[in-house]
Amino acid sequence: MSSMKTMFPKTLRFVAVALFSAALPLAALADGTELHLDKAPLQFDNASLQNGAKLFVNYCVSCHSASFMRYNRLRSIGLTDQQIKDNLLFTSDKVGDLMTVAMRREDAKQWFGAAPPDLTVVARARSGEFGTGADWLYTYLRQFYRDDARPTGWNNAVFPNVGMPNVLWTLQGQQAAHFVEKVDEHGGKENHLEKLEIVQPGKLSKEEFDEQVADLVSFITWMGEPAQEARQQIGWYVLALLAVLSVLTYLLKRSFWKDVH
Amino acid sequence: MNKLAQQLMGWVDDRFPATKMYKEHLSEYYAPKNFNFWYFFGSFALLVLVIQIVTGIFLVMHYKPDASLNASGIPVAFASVEYIMRDVPGGWIIRYMHSTGASAFFIVVYLHMFRGMLYGSYRKPRELIWLFGVAIFLCLMAEAFFGYLLPWGQMSGWGAQVIVNLFEAIPVIGKDLSTLIRGDFVVGDATLNRFFSFHVIAIPLVLIGLVAAHIIALHEVGSNNPDGVEIKKHKDANGIPLDGVPFHPYYTVKDIFGASLFLLVFSAIIFFMPEGGGYFLEYNNFVPYDQLKTPPHIAPVWYFTPYYSILRATTSDFMPWLAGLVAVIGALTFISVRNAALRIAAAAITLVIVILFFALDAKVWGVAMMGGSVMLFALLPWLDQSPVKSIRYKGTLFKSILAVWVVCFLILGYLGVLPPSPVGKIVSQICSLLYLAFFGFMPWYTRMDKTLPVPERVTSE
Repeated sequence: MSSMKTMFPKTLRFVAVALFSAALPLAALADGTELHLDKAPLQFDNASLQNGAKLFVNYCVSCHSASFMRYNRLRSIGLTDQQIKDNLLFTSDKVGDLMTVAMRREDAKQWFGAAPPDLTVVARARSGEFGTGADWLYTYLRQFYRDDARPTGWNNAVFPNVGMPNVLWTLQGQQAAHFVEKVDEHGGKENHLEKLEIVQPGKLSKEEFDEQVADLVSFITWMGEPAQEARQQIGWYVLALLAVLSVLTYLLKRSFWKDVH
Repeated sequence: MNKLAQQLMGWVDDRFPATKMYKEHLSEYYAPKNFNFWYFFGSFALLVLVIQIVTGIFLVMHYKPDASLNASGIPVAFASVEYIMRDVPGGWIIRYMHSTGASAFFIVVYLHMFRGMLYGSYRKPRELIWLFGVAIFLCLMAEAFFGYLLPWGQMSGWGAQVIVNLFEAIPVIGKDLSTLIRGDFVVGDATLNRFFSFHVIAIPLVLIGLVAAHIIALHEVGSNNPDGVEIKKHKDANGIPLDGVPFHPYYTVKDIFGASLFLLVFSAIIFFMPEGGGYFLEYNNFVPYDQLKTPPHIAPVWYFTPYYSILRATTSDFMPWLAGLVAVIGALTFISVRNAALRIAAAAITLVIVILFFALDAKVWGVAMMGGSVMLFALLPWLDQSPVKSIRYKGTLFKSILAVWVVCFLILGYLGVLPPSPVGKIVSQICSLLYLAFFGFMPWYTRMDKTLPVPERVTSE
């Protein structure tokens, strides 16, 4: 209770500062650096999405839930209930179940510093001024590097000091970061990440790995709004219908109005 | 059969004025024949209201106003919106209609209001129609604000937190008032439940009542038109306005055509860009609300941004400029009125406002400016002293000032979505001053304006 009280004025002050001190552009301070994102080569054919689903279930769902997503929704990407049951069901035994995670949130908080976020709509949430959510994910998942200063031994160029380790490292291999010291406009020195380099190869070549990540990101993007394909298909019919309706109602209007001068 | 129908209608009419109302409001309500496309937006607003109510009814069947966490650690309210998007048959289309409908409502209402400003539809004898309209606009803002909390995303929670905290600026009662609105010290479950109640019951009831009053008042005095002339001045032998046509069938068929066009655009957004580029559905709102994680940039939804900019522009260094503006308007009033009592009142009010500008915290004035700049529309019927109603017969002076005001409004809207910046602050302060000056100096520049002669009858195209 007392922690609630001490937190409250802090939050307030923060909001007040954010609102009223135009001299302190908080957003610019928070993400002042331009974020360069690679364009995600998304593919929404069933083969890519199925491969993405496989990767997602194998590498992500052990820590992250996709708790608005039912396994049997994967029928939309060409899988049968039996296929889903045999290949993808690790955390549950009914295809109608949601993609929840077995790990307890309290444990996750202890292990990673924060409970891993739900990923169902992450592709929509990560959209922003630097690119789509898919671009963000595609870049993020490929830019982990070794950093012994971090508890997990991993760091990330897109999301500095992220709690998540590189779960795809057996595929990608291990990258090292090269920093150059730069002097910023205020005269302070900062380490600027120059490039990432593979120091220990994984099972896949760089191109193969990029393709796998693209499939995974395509799946996550599809999962963000499974109705998207149906939405656009229906959309064309609706627009065609309304276009015809507009012509008919225009003719109706014109015939009623022909004697008004 | 026909006779039976007549008898039935007669039976009803003896007990309820069905035929009388049908005649008064549709078949024998005469509207000017020269409406242009600006006159579609009123009927569009009514259409969007119906869309919002009907889709809202279905959303409430599945939505849960509950901030507690489910087994996966997601707030139940947030999860229920995704449940609607995924598991409710047709849920996504209903939800997108409602979320797009909110933005569409503001687009059509802003254009509807601007139509009124173009053709002087607020002028005598239509002041009450305009006042009901301003009240509808305020209700709409409240409705949108309460509704935006319901998806319980980061922008929902933090947006509500920012706006409710504004009430703290009010002297003496502010702190208690904001706690009362939230029902808690932070935006939490209590806030969600009361905002849900306001959004689905309280405000819609008031809104529908005001819309009824708006239309009844309109049908009492009759519609204005792009020429700003009264069609009731010239009637034929039967007492029917020469320049009027019966609303039904003429404007019903025209509005049905307009509605088809509106739905074409509306559907294009729903089916092909429901996020509206991050403006209709903000990206950060796909992250569940977390009281402990303040987003780096809290942006209100686009339709609030002009007023949000005015709020942000009102800092302590802005107060001398505001004081200057008020002093000039006060001095002009003092010179212009002849009555001694009015003169003293004008001087006293000006003095009090100027003193309060410096005595009270700039934050208080930020809130007052934000609210006040919406309320200023209510004064238009009395601020506008032009001898003509319609922009068609107003002079270059008025047209230029109106154009500058529109540009300022748009710039303020644009700046409101951006994070604060030093340049943005100065630009928004200039635009805020000009926004206020548009209203403040209106009694004088509308008199100085060189107007054109107004025709006796409406002109055709």
